[in-house]
Amino acid sequence: MTGTFTWNLIGDLQDMWSLPFMLNAFRAGTVVALLAAPAGWFMVLRRQSFAGHTLALVGFPGAAAAVWLGLGVATGYVSFCVIAALVIAALPAGTRGGYSEQSAVIGTVQAFALASGMLFVALYKGFLNGTNALLFGSFLGITAGQVTTLAVLAAVALAVLAAVGRPLLFASIDADVAQAHGVPVRALGTVFLVLLGVAVAEVGQITGVLLVFALLVLPPATAQVLVARPVASLALSVVLALVTVWVALFVAYYSPYPIGFWLTTVAFGLYALAQAATAVRGRLAVRGRLAVAGG
Amino acid sequence: MFAHPFMQHAFVAGTAVALTAGLVGYFLVLRAQVFTADALSHVAFTGALAALAAGVDARVGLFAVTVLVALGMGTLGRRARPDDVVIGGVFAWVLGLGVFFLTLYTTTRSGTGNGAASVSVLFGSIFGLSAGRAVLTAGVAAVICVLLLAIARPLLFASLDENVAAARGVPVRLLGYGFLVLVGATAAQSSQVVGALLILGLLAAPAGAATRITARPWLGLALSAGIAVGSVWIGLTVSYLVPRTPPSFAILATATLTYLAAIAAGRLRGTAALGWQAP
Repeated sequence: MTGTFTWNLIGDLQDMWSLPFMLNAFRAGTVVALLAAPAGWFMVLRRQSFAGHTLALVGFPGAAAAVWLGLGVATGYVSFCVIAALVIAALPAGTRGGYSEQSAVIGTVQAFALASGMLFVALYKGFLNGTNALLFGSFLGITAGQVTTLAVLAAVALAVLAAVGRPLLFASIDADVAQAHGVPVRALGTVFLVLLGVAVAEVGQITGVLLVFALLVLPPATAQVLVARPVASLALSVVLALVTVWVALFVAYYSPYPIGFWLTTVAFGLYALAQAATAVRGRLAVRGRLAVAGG
Repeated sequence: MFAHPFMQHAFVAGTAVALTAGLVGYFLVLRAQVFTADALSHVAFTGALAALAAGVDARVGLFAVTVLVALGMGTLGRRARPDDVVIGGVFAWVLGLGVFFLTLYTTTRSGTGNGAASVSVLFGSIFGLSAGRAVLTAGVAAVICVLLLAIARPLLFASLDENVAAARGVPVRLLGYGFLVLVGATAAQSSQVVGALLILGLLAAPAGAATRITARPWLGLALSAGIAVGSVWIGLTVSYLVPRTPPSFAILATATLTYLAAIAAGRLRGTAALGWQAP
């Protein structure tokens, strides 16, 4: 990028934020992290990573179709992701194959969506650079209007998630018992998939559809490794997502490599650190117990 | 149509890739490991771009990286079955690395090429294959098919009932690793033909349709391979006749439609059976 790095971090930040596009990027990144972490936390808990990844990739044909038809890119992302969420929620109903059948459906939806995206790109010629931006993200062109749209959508999605949070947690941890207690497990699953669709549509506009996953899976996975209590690990995953986005934006500003690379690397680094720390702690605990037993 | 050499090459390579994808995909669906294949096909993208950035032949990078990552994911999971979160975490980062190599490649090597390389790696260029590459693809596909059929019986046993198979002395863990390697090799070789992002469709849709149509495993395996090959043939013909359709789209649209038809037929048959039982 443009700026020169000094070790005066506050000064660097002031320097960065004097540019409107960087300010917008930080605002958008913050909004996206605030939504992605809770949605991703439930996704990891419900073991729906594959569905989440597929929803993210559906954003690509959505955006490509929107560009081809001359509509707003955000409209394309959100409408396609929500439609795909409904398809995934509706299709595997009452199948005999259970989980394996569901994964085949999701995989087919994903591949077909990507192929359609390729078709839209072919129909709208001269879009090759745009393809890479859609796939791998760019934080340079975010306008203040887009930030407002992102914030409003995220607020609505978070409000819905907060409203269904308790029964959703119950249904995610033990679906059978929840069903026996009269929790509408199936309806909750559909609502959650739609929320996840909105979340990935938002994240995809910043990180690109291929890298949504870094923000959706890694901070919640890290938090769940470190803390077992639901509310605490939910809060921790929000903090981790915010840290990831800010550090990635900060570093990407000074380096020639794209935001997507830094985002995934920071998120994965935190995850690897958490895993290593847990492993070391477990070993120390075993050794301590052995010492007590031996002494 | 077959007068053009590029169509001949596309058909040779396409048939070979479809055959492996149909066979491997059937086991993937049976073992509920489609997500693993998804991750490995994305890894193939990073592998190809890393090789391009380093100036090595892309195929070497592809096979080395995908097979290594396949083995690595196996070690992280129970009985060589990688966990959901582990797969997600690893491949999010691997894709990030892919972007890094893409930037490295476009800024240092090609100079002018802005992203055409990534688009062709991601979405394939089946009409751009040379004769040598088509034959090579067919050869690699033949090796993968033979290896898979060699372990097919114990793998089927281990996939259907892992615990009973383990108790009977079937090396479940080893089979899991072997299968992951085959999946990695399939992803690597197919990504050159239909693209790293689209191979998932050829793995999932024909196999899903086959499991819908029949419950008998050997018939399902053959059917899955047959549907995959048929999709490639129809897709290639359509995209030849309708020039603006990308071949990858035509192939995947055929496979998806077949799957939808299989689901619909299953529903109809189910309703008919119910109607017969009701009175």
